[in-house]
Amino acid sequence: MKKFLLVCLMAAFAMGGVFAAGQQDSDVQTIGISIPSADHGWTGGIVWWANKRVKELEEQYDGQFKFSVVTADSPSTQIQAVENLMAIGIDYLVILPHESAPLTPIVKEAHAAGVKCIVVDRGMSETDFGYVNLAGNNPQMGTLSGQWLAKEMMAKSNGGNVISMGGLPVPIDKERMDGFFAEIDKESSITNLLGGDSYEFANWSTQKGLELMETFLSQYPKIDAVFCQDDDVLRGVLQAYKESGRSDIHTFLGGAGSKVVMKMIMDGDPLVRATVTYHPMMIADAIDYAVAVALGEKSDSFHEASSPISVVIPSVLLTADNVADFYEADSVY
Amino acid sequence: MISNKTASLGEIRKNFNWRNHTTLIGFLALFLIATVMGWPYFLRTRNLITLLRQISYTGIISLGMTLIIISGGFDLSVGSMTAFAGGVAIFAMNSFGADSPGGVAAGVLTALIFATFLGAINGFLITKWRIAPFIATLGTMSIYRSLVIYFAQAGNIESINKGYGIIGSGSVLGLPVPVWMFFIIAGVLHVFLNHTRTGRYICAVGANEQVARYSAININLIRFIPYAITGFTVGVTALLWSSRLNCVNPSDCSGYELDAIAAVVIGGTPMTGGRGSIIGTVLGAIMLGMINNMLVLAGVSSYLQLAAKGVVIIVAVLLQYKK
Repeated sequence: MKKFLLVCLMAAFAMGGVFAAGQQDSDVQTIGISIPSADHGWTGGIVWWANKRVKELEEQYDGQFKFSVVTADSPSTQIQAVENLMAIGIDYLVILPHESAPLTPIVKEAHAAGVKCIVVDRGMSETDFGYVNLAGNNPQMGTLSGQWLAKEMMAKSNGGNVISMGGLPVPIDKERMDGFFAEIDKESSITNLLGGDSYEFANWSTQKGLELMETFLSQYPKIDAVFCQDDDVLRGVLQAYKESGRSDIHTFLGGAGSKVVMKMIMDGDPLVRATVTYHPMMIADAIDYAVAVALGEKSDSFHEASSPISVVIPSVLLTADNVADFYEADSVY
Repeated sequence: MISNKTASLGEIRKNFNWRNHTTLIGFLALFLIATVMGWPYFLRTRNLITLLRQISYTGIISLGMTLIIISGGFDLSVGSMTAFAGGVAIFAMNSFGADSPGGVAAGVLTALIFATFLGAINGFLITKWRIAPFIATLGTMSIYRSLVIYFAQAGNIESINKGYGIIGSGSVLGLPVPVWMFFIIAGVLHVFLNHTRTGRYICAVGANEQVARYSAININLIRFIPYAITGFTVGVTALLWSSRLNCVNPSDCSGYELDAIAAVVIGGTPMTGGRGSIIGTVLGAIMLGMINNMLVLAGVSSYLQLAAKGVVIIVAVLLQYKK
């Protein structure tokens, strides 16, 4: 036993030596990437795109960068993950926080230690330090969805009845739904079956979308269009509709831009004719940004600033005309 | 059964102890409330069929869970198991190539056999290694969930076989396939529990393990069987669920264990084991579905549905409480 412990100790020292050597190697830049582990389609896409981009960059800049991708299944494990990255020693942190508030202190700590931070998708809850906030445009995603669906409803059923689902009661979800209803409310002949600007939450889950849609179909004899904001949810919604044997709904709109739904649009599905991107590819954009700063192609002055700079990845409306440009057959999402 | 047809109403009233029929009374009361709250939609045939379809997935699992709880055990891993077995079934099917009929058969068999195997692992841990059921299945719950996420690389596990999707969305004589499966398996397990020696042994082991041991019952085997049967019921649900959408998302079916246990408890099976009723569980599962259905039809916030579920569970247990 004692011998075994001694061997372990020696091994630990050897490893420590390796890490120390890594830190002294000043011409290799280390980029730490902290993302949520995949718990539904979109986060699955985030993990896939992060790993894909890292692999490409490692090949492109042979040995010039060291990447470390760590996933976490909750805010608390993500805090530990960032602490571990800092222990290894990183120059850049690309982080998609599980939730803004609990992750803010550790990101500030990293920033204070000289790590340049790029925060993806959702901002930090304190904005008095310099980081890059790279995110999709949630209000715009809602607006584009609302505009397109309102146009389709006016054309196909002269307005009519719409029913909507959100994701979860979180700020980004609210921004999307507010943007959506602002557009829908402009058309007086469109009725929200749930009244006012009400909607139900489908938790961004196929299963929940299916259950909700089953109930809506029992409850409302005439529905013209369904907005469910997410392409995973859309699958469940479509299945419920198919099983109901009804034929009154002319348009279904999800969102985010999953591969399956893009394929449906390409194949000319009569019910699904569009989606609005909010693509997990944004994690690759964030990693690219860190690399560009490290190469001196982009300024690193954001780090010294007293407030974050914002980089917006616009949402795009995908229809049969442009969907082929965005379709990535190998993607998991 | 009342064989004496001439029994007067008074006699029946005298012999009728409402305590023995709380589940049925609760069921009828809830049905009335749902009819009123969900008027006019609740009583429509389509809504009732939808309701039955919605509950059949967890309902099928709760039938196996009834046997586990009667035998004095517990199983938290059924939700993870469902997603895992469904995912593995699709993997097996896809290995046969696109749209192959042989692949569909392989998928069906894989779902049933693999899930039974996963249930048997639970049974093995609990009977052979003597780990408390709660702990053992808490462990396997994490293991199964984590493995399916790992295999799927967190994306959806897509089927490449259009034939598979027909199983889960089909209907026979106007009732969806899952509903048929729910009722058929309920019938089989009802007979198994009440009219076979093994069924009686399961009750005996749950009631008093020591006494059962002195009666020369093979305790380990009898405690193991319900876990394997539950594995099989999970396999049926995994098959129905994965074929319904023709894909499995690794986060699917979380929370199934709680719905299954709730159906058993509302159905009048005590958590202490020793006795219980499959028919009660069927009613319990339908009651859970009615709660959700009527609240949605009445436009009550979806956040309150869980609270209503909790209230019904507590009331059900209070009603069954015997001095």
